[in-house]
Amino acid sequence: MLRTNRAADIEKVLAKYPTKRSAVMPLLNLAQEEYGYCSPEAIREVAAICDLDPTEVKSVVGFYTMYYEEKVGTTVIDVCDDLPCALRGADGFIAHCERKLGIKAGETTANGKITLHSVMCVAACNRAPVAQVNGAYRYDLTPETFDQMVDELQK
Amino acid sequence: MTGMEKHLLLRDLDVPNIRELAVYMANDGYAAWKKAVTSMKGEEVLAAVKDSGLRGRGGAGFPAGLKWSFIPKDVFPKYVVVNGDESEPGTFKDHALVRNNPHQVIEGTALCAYAIGSNLAYIYLRGEFSEPGKELEKALADAYANGLLGTNLMGTGYSLDIRVHYGAGAYICGEESALLESLEGRIGQPRLKPPFPATNGLYNKPTVINNVETLANVPWIVLNGAAWYRQFGTEKSSGVKLFSVSGHVKNPGNYELPLGKYSIQDLLDMAGGSSTGRPIRAVLPAGSSSPIIPAVNFGAKLDYESMAGIGSVLGSCSFIFMDDSVDMVWAARKMIRFFKHESCGKCTPCREGTYWALKLYNKLLSGEGTLADIDMIGEVNKQIIGKCFCPLGEFATSSMTFTLKHFKQDYIDFIEKKKGGTPEYKAELARDTHGHHAQAAH
Repeated sequence: MLRTNRAADIEKVLAKYPTKRSAVMPLLNLAQEEYGYCSPEAIREVAAICDLDPTEVKSVVGFYTMYYEEKVGTTVIDVCDDLPCALRGADGFIAHCERKLGIKAGETTANGKITLHSVMCVAACNRAPVAQVNGAYRYDLTPETFDQMVDELQK
Repeated sequence: MTGMEKHLLLRDLDVPNIRELAVYMANDGYAAWKKAVTSMKGEEVLAAVKDSGLRGRGGAGFPAGLKWSFIPKDVFPKYVVVNGDESEPGTFKDHALVRNNPHQVIEGTALCAYAIGSNLAYIYLRGEFSEPGKELEKALADAYANGLLGTNLMGTGYSLDIRVHYGAGAYICGEESALLESLEGRIGQPRLKPPFPATNGLYNKPTVINNVETLANVPWIVLNGAAWYRQFGTEKSSGVKLFSVSGHVKNPGNYELPLGKYSIQDLLDMAGGSSTGRPIRAVLPAGSSSPIIPAVNFGAKLDYESMAGIGSVLGSCSFIFMDDSVDMVWAARKMIRFFKHESCGKCTPCREGTYWALKLYNKLLSGEGTLADIDMIGEVNKQIIGKCFCPLGEFATSSMTFTLKHFKQDYIDFIEKKKGGTPEYKAELARDTHGHHAQAAH
């Protein structure tokens, strides 16, 4: 239960805004930290905290790309393949990522450890190819540095 | 040619660790804030910003002081909302400020709040900025702990809170009214204007929304005066601006320059020129949403008026340089893909138009395009232009309109010389059907 496990965090979030509804997005972040994704249960809990219908919370989950509606791997690797990154080799790089992981972008490895996404611009075009690994930036990636990172994660 | 001798914004290049409060304060940090709170009226701060000629740095270039002056005096509460949703492909300047010079962002935000008589500000960062956001949150905590934010500041009775709010992945939240919707806990779809945020903004109260970079200029203006700030830039485009340079250049990165002094070619030279040994063919000056500029126009000066003069925009100053190996059909498809993904779905012309446009470009890339498809792209364009609520629809068309205007031969060659359908293009197209986050369409 979010309310029991993250009570202090919930209070902090609610205190930031004059309306409960504004707390929906940060509460969904807490829920995702707690459950790994925005499960139906998580959506119901957030809705109850914000005095909203679960359907309204679900619409927020569906609209924003960073809320996961299904389970993802322990580590999520988001690789940008937008125009500025593609000019610096991102398309070839992400093809390498797919080969190394043995999955397609959008999928999770069979052991549940790594999810690979191709994503839109992450505002680090000067350091392409670039990825976010559970939100942390990894810059100037090469097939070699990617393989090293993945080998480490797969241990 | 190196641009600024002493940076006003990218100060971490001159002063190591300026993100630390002690270092920031040892280098004039919060001097403007203290000066304003203890010795100036809000109207005086506002007047200084108005006189400085500072224009919005998020893209639209609206005069900041004028925007602030629209806030009614007798309606409470009022809010300041800082737009740090930076999501335009090619733009990474706010990222740098939030990460490397967070106190200056905070100080600028505080000065804006003081100027309009607001006691609460939100800094809206895109969800992907959780890492740089940590620097900003630490800086905020340090500012509170040192009595720079909070209640009864410097014994004057004035109180100010600044809080950080994270988005969760949506380009459209960079549009100010969509950003407000998002901050209120809703899906990020733009509001009908008027009424404008100045009277009916966050929680339907008077609200100033400014870009991160815009506000980061304000401490200098308040500390040294509008005339001092105007030593940089031109009469109509005053001050300094950050230029995010990416693509086929040797030294991609952020460059801080006075407006109107340098040309596009100068910027390219500062970034080391072409990284591939091939000539640069064109540049997108404000990311995917801007009219592409062929190299023949690189003599244009970097200010709002000169860029308009060559049929483009200064916008957010995200210069994506492309060498002559870049096929404009491929480049335009990348951009259309972005806008199709980011269309919020509110307006049919944008939602459906970007969908059909992408289908046409996919057809070209897969090698099945015909010359008739070029005309059809123009037709789809016409159905979007001028028919949408917010600028996103318009932005989506510019990649089509202007690659067709300047590089139509690329389209014809692509079809006639059967350039589509290569294994690389096929792989790219296949990836787009599964690669992005499951709930790709907003």
